[in-house]
Amino acid sequence: MGRWTTFIVVAVAVLVAALLLARIVPNEYFFFASYVVLQFIVLATAWNILGGYAGYVNFGSGAFFAAGAYTAVALIKAFAAPLMIQLAAAALVTGLMGFAIGAMTLRLRGIFFSIATVAVAVICETVVFNWGFVGGARGATVLQPPAPALFASYARMLFVVMTLLAVLAVALARYVEISWIGRGLRAIRDNEEAAESAGVPTLKLKLFAATASGALMGIAGAPFPLYMSFIEPTSAFSLNYAVSALAMPIIGGTASWAGPVIGAVLLGSVQQVVTVTLSSEINVLVLGVLLVAFVVAAPEGILGLARKLSAKARVR
Amino acid sequence: MNPILLRVDAVTKRFGGFVALSDVSLTVRSGERLGIIGPNGSGKTTLINCICGALASDGGSIGFDGIDVTRLAAHRRARLGIARSFQVPRPFSSMTLAENIAVPLEYVAHRRSLHRADVSTEARAILAQMGLADRADASTATLTQVDLRKLELARALAARPRLLILDEVMAGLSPVEVDEMLGIVLDLSRQGVTIVMIEHIMRAIMRFSERVVCLDAGRIMAEGTPAQIVQDPEVQRIYLGD
Amino acid sequence: MSFELLGEAIIAGVLLGCFYAAVSVGLSVAFGLLDVPQIAHPAFLVLGAYGAYYLGGFGLDPLLAGVALTPVFFLAGLAVYRFYHATFESRGTDAGLRGLAFFFGVAFIVEVALILSFGVDQRMVEAAYIGKSVSLGDVRLPMRMLVAFGVALVLTAGLSLYLSSTFTGRAIKAVAQDQTALALMGADPVRIKQWAFGIATGTCALAGALLIIVAPVEPGLGRLYIGRTFCVAVLAGLGSMPGTLAAGIILGVAESIVLTSFGASWAPAVAFGLLLLVLAIRPAGLFGR
Repeated sequence: MGRWTTFIVVAVAVLVAALLLARIVPNEYFFFASYVVLQFIVLATAWNILGGYAGYVNFGSGAFFAAGAYTAVALIKAFAAPLMIQLAAAALVTGLMGFAIGAMTLRLRGIFFSIATVAVAVICETVVFNWGFVGGARGATVLQPPAPALFASYARMLFVVMTLLAVLAVALARYVEISWIGRGLRAIRDNEEAAESAGVPTLKLKLFAATASGALMGIAGAPFPLYMSFIEPTSAFSLNYAVSALAMPIIGGTASWAGPVIGAVLLGSVQQVVTVTLSSEINVLVLGVLLVAFVVAAPEGILGLARKLSAKARVR
Repeated sequence: MNPILLRVDAVTKRFGGFVALSDVSLTVRSGERLGIIGPNGSGKTTLINCICGALASDGGSIGFDGIDVTRLAAHRRARLGIARSFQVPRPFSSMTLAENIAVPLEYVAHRRSLHRADVSTEARAILAQMGLADRADASTATLTQVDLRKLELARALAARPRLLILDEVMAGLSPVEVDEMLGIVLDLSRQGVTIVMIEHIMRAIMRFSERVVCLDAGRIMAEGTPAQIVQDPEVQRIYLGD
Repeated sequence: MSFELLGEAIIAGVLLGCFYAAVSVGLSVAFGLLDVPQIAHPAFLVLGAYGAYYLGGFGLDPLLAGVALTPVFFLAGLAVYRFYHATFESRGTDAGLRGLAFFFGVAFIVEVALILSFGVDQRMVEAAYIGKSVSLGDVRLPMRMLVAFGVALVLTAGLSLYLSSTFTGRAIKAVAQDQTALALMGADPVRIKQWAFGIATGTCALAGALLIIVAPVEPGLGRLYIGRTFCVAVLAGLGSMPGTLAAGIILGVAESIVLTSFGASWAPAVAFGLLLLVLAIRPAGLFGR
């Protein structure tokens, strides 16, 4: 348990800080911006479990995110389900999605998994567009229930909830990374055939990573409709989620749980600024250019650059 | 005589129209040292892949220690006790040497302790057997060809195999390095590991094997002791021409 | 569904299928033969379509625009492959993920650049053969589909002939199977692959023109065609040109029947569904090794 003490201490500190901020900060926009960044932390961390650790690239993260959101909407409309149930159901649905796609394609080359994620994204979007119960193309409004005792507004409560989810996501990623599971995934990524002959149950591990990754993405999306009080397919399935989920870990660094966090915080914040000052298309263009730049020139991301810099500093 | 450990029975493997293995049968007894020779393209590596589970055979059966493993996944066969080295070394290049060894330790030998230190100690001990202990925390990118092959061997050993299959582990090595590797392998045999060695280097095969099998065009052409094999007319035809 | 309706759907499907084959031949080469994770292929198609649209603004017929742009796309393909090979292919392990992410990034940048240049609205071109129909017995066939059908046949037949008859073409097929042998024969595998990738990208100019002839385009169309082009390329059996034609027709007919039976909103799912089916049952495709 020694390796976890520091982490647990920091995690608790972060949660306490979130609760305090929820009480102190007057500016509502702060919570909106922070919520978006926290959401990206979960999304990027989720992506990295399959992408960074195992080497399988998900191009359809937006669909998992939206599927989580729409599962929540369906449950709210059906029987006003509480938040906990929404989160659990979203995790179940998107976890199953990840598992299904994995079962169909993880035996094949990596590119087929990636194409399958695009397929699922297109199919999901089509289904939702035609599903009147959750509002279809027009969208659906969702009423925020009254805020529980400690909180000034429901939005503030969701901010704390998302902080908790981010901490849990990062904890899961860290566990996978430093445990024998993570080593198995890395072995698969480095050389799958050698991993098999070294006793690694490659298919099972890949399926686990795909399921966990999918479930976390759904959880990231589940509180979204409540937070916005409204949901419609075009923004829920926005390509921005798919590209961000991929770009943030790659730019931050895929080797460790810290990379997606760094990527999410940096890029998430930059996105807020660019979208407001320039345009959302320019924002997405910048994201794409940064992605290509890092993939080409700095494949180990910001973490890798930092490591190289500190190594050079130590030599001097 | 020792019991039969590996039984390959009429195994066939096709790639489209090309028949890589045709009705291949052989047995390996516990503790035995078997050598497999044959020209390039004769199907040696394909045979190994079928035995280890990297490829599914199209016909015939494979039995290990009395268990039918023909349809078993490769990682399960590894857990039963079959280990192999690859012709071209396949290190886990994002990991240190110690971590490379930790993988089979954790997945085959099940040393999944909560204490990282235990796995690390054992990994280092195995590396020490190969003379690689001093580079346990180095990246695999820094290794020479010989060292890469030693790492391959170490990784196979970490799985505590009952049957070890070596696919041209000495290819490209200098005579001194060949002798070094031969020493390590003979030592392993003395410890009770059953070893199947595929090689082109005749000197090594002759010194190492108790029995030799010669493969050509997917079929077993000759079988016998090293002395018998050298004199076999089929083998001479294959290697020296008519 | 009545027999007559089915017949019409099949005929329409064959025409559509040949069009799908035309837009997929480039991918059959790039992904099928060269093993490049060219997920940006559909994006290049859309780029070609917009190229035809832009030149159409000067009065140039879209097919001519496609032909005119082919050398430009070819050169771009040479450059892209050279860059891809130097950055990813020659570096080994992690390259798979990064190469894929690279092309995804490129596809993405192309899409957004098109949005910024032309907006999200649909664009179309005008030509003598667009908007008219031809009667073949009881069936009315849109002329633009016949044009696309004709061009597609020429394109696929031409490429197939090139790959089997010319020295470079055969070298391309050889390099797909055994690089070392080719190197030993004195040919440079990298340059051959570069040439092949140039050809693959070059087809996107003319195929892209077909795209905008067949229907209006908008920047996001690329994502839809990821399914269609990869479905055709995989179903064909990676690298087979006649296979690409056959696979295209199968997809076209399937989509056409679904369109007639269930409506337009489900037709896009056919390609993805068929692709997943092929991957599950016979990943080597129809004519694959």
